[in-house]
Amino acid sequence: MNDAITVRNLKKEFKAYSSRSGLKGAFRDLLTRNYKIVPAVNNISFQVKQGEMVGYIGENGAGKSTTIKMLTGILTPTTGEVIVNGMNPHKDREKFVSTIGVVFGQRSQLWWDIAVQESFRLLKKVYKVSDEQYDSHMAHVIRTLDIEPLLDKPVRKLSLGQRMRCELAAALIHNPPLLFLDEPTIGLDVLVKLKIREFLKEINEKYNTTILLTTHDLSDIEALCERVVMLDEGKIIYDGALKSLKEKWGEGKEIEFQFLEDVTLNDLNRITASSEVKWEKDEKEAIFTAFAEDNDELISLLIAKVVADLKVKDINIKETSTEEIIRNIYDRGIS
Amino acid sequence: MDKYIEMIRIRFLMMLAYRTNYYTGILIYSINIGAYYFLWSAIYGEKDAIEGMSVIQMSTYVAVAWMARAFYFNNIDREMAAEIKEGKVAVELIRPYNYLGMKTMQGLGEGIFRLFFFSVPGMVIVSFIFPLQFSADWTTWIFFAVSIILSFFINTQINLLTGITTFFLFNNTGLIRAKRVVIDLFSGLLIPISFFPLWAQDVLKFLPFQGISYVPSMIFTNSFSNNEAIQAIIMQGIWVLILIIPIQVLWIIAKKQLIIQGG
Repeated sequence: MNDAITVRNLKKEFKAYSSRSGLKGAFRDLLTRNYKIVPAVNNISFQVKQGEMVGYIGENGAGKSTTIKMLTGILTPTTGEVIVNGMNPHKDREKFVSTIGVVFGQRSQLWWDIAVQESFRLLKKVYKVSDEQYDSHMAHVIRTLDIEPLLDKPVRKLSLGQRMRCELAAALIHNPPLLFLDEPTIGLDVLVKLKIREFLKEINEKYNTTILLTTHDLSDIEALCERVVMLDEGKIIYDGALKSLKEKWGEGKEIEFQFLEDVTLNDLNRITASSEVKWEKDEKEAIFTAFAEDNDELISLLIAKVVADLKVKDINIKETSTEEIIRNIYDRGIS
Repeated sequence: MDKYIEMIRIRFLMMLAYRTNYYTGILIYSINIGAYYFLWSAIYGEKDAIEGMSVIQMSTYVAVAWMARAFYFNNIDREMAAEIKEGKVAVELIRPYNYLGMKTMQGLGEGIFRLFFFSVPGMVIVSFIFPLQFSADWTTWIFFAVSIILSFFINTQINLLTGITTFFLFNNTGLIRAKRVVIDLFSGLLIPISFFPLWAQDVLKFLPFQGISYVPSMIFTNSFSNNEAIQAIIMQGIWVLILIIPIQVLWIIAKKQLIIQGG
């Protein structure tokens, strides 16, 4: 058993109150209120192994944050079982939370009015980190995240990117074996994003830290995670490798051609008549796009045929991006 | 324990970060003490004593009651309400400490700051302006010290209770305000309890409020005999213990049905 997270049939229901309309309704609301029971997370099960980096994705309101809050012991599940780091998060809360690190992209966990290093100092005491541990571990973290010059500034004077790096460092003071990141790169510029990604990769390699990441920025997931868990309306609709998600739902490849001579769609269809290819023409820029199955041989054959017959100015091979795949899944459902 | 002491220190730093608040606080308290001093001198007029208290005892009572208030008073109920409303309580719950314990320590940090930078210098200044009477008896000072620490705890516990109700009411600004007025009135800050009608005094005996202001102020002005003082302090202690029960019960229920607002 070296699963960092085990979740079985987890369910969380909320009461959603609705107000009656009008003044009469408002008076009736004083006495009894209408409510519906809404499942935010509906019967999900999954496991995460120690050292894995998992991307947890879904639309807004799909239940990602609710799951994270149950996994971190903040919310009590309605039914189901959660075991994280061998403990029940909400039962052994105080003992449990010292084995995890959490970053909420939208909430600060540093103290707003005081210098960053004072926050660090308090957290060091809170997590009972010894001086040697702190010095060896944090010196490295501070260097990698490049936050040395920020330490003596109060948090309210930091920019978002600066603050986020400090937040990440704060979550790692006790070097937890499991790290939850809830939208850690929200609103950050590319450079800071890259820095944070690199840093996460590094600690994952160095300490075998398990990382569960929720984000709307799929490039984060592509850069970090091999596995994704996709959530929709409180249910898991996909759990597996990012690569096979692409293979399964990727809709082949697109090859864009621009020609030096005048070409019509008929010419192209004639040339590639033997293989399964669909052509489209972008009237404005005279770009012809071939849609073909994602098969390396087929594609090289196709290009060879076209190049042999026509003078080509530019070729561009495009793969369906993860973003498109996920958009397709959200739009159409998984079926 | 280390972490709780560290929290007191952090709170100290936070108080220093907002110096303007501190200066306006001094001003407000001086105005209050002055106003009540003149009000009481007018009420006393030519009389030597009312309900067994002389004018000088009365002005000492007023001054010490306000200065003690600077120590025991805190806004942790409002802070808790804000944290719960904004969903920040989520961050507090992912830390390995007792949330309520930490809040109490923040209150204590604030109290200690005000005691040294506010109450003590304030008291010295006030004693130059108004005729006050300080006890020379060291037992009075010890009783007063114990009593004021207990009044801090009673007041903080009532604040915690009010704060926790935010989990159920979501918006309890009104309750917080009402609580503040009730405490100011029934704790004997505005009028000593012995000035209340007898039936009201009997009712107040069964409530924790007089342990907040009336007891330490009466001890300080030597209006209690040693025996009375000891009894009053024991009562304060009992209230501290009793109040733990509703706080723990509400806290457990609150955690179960906690909803984090705002994602």
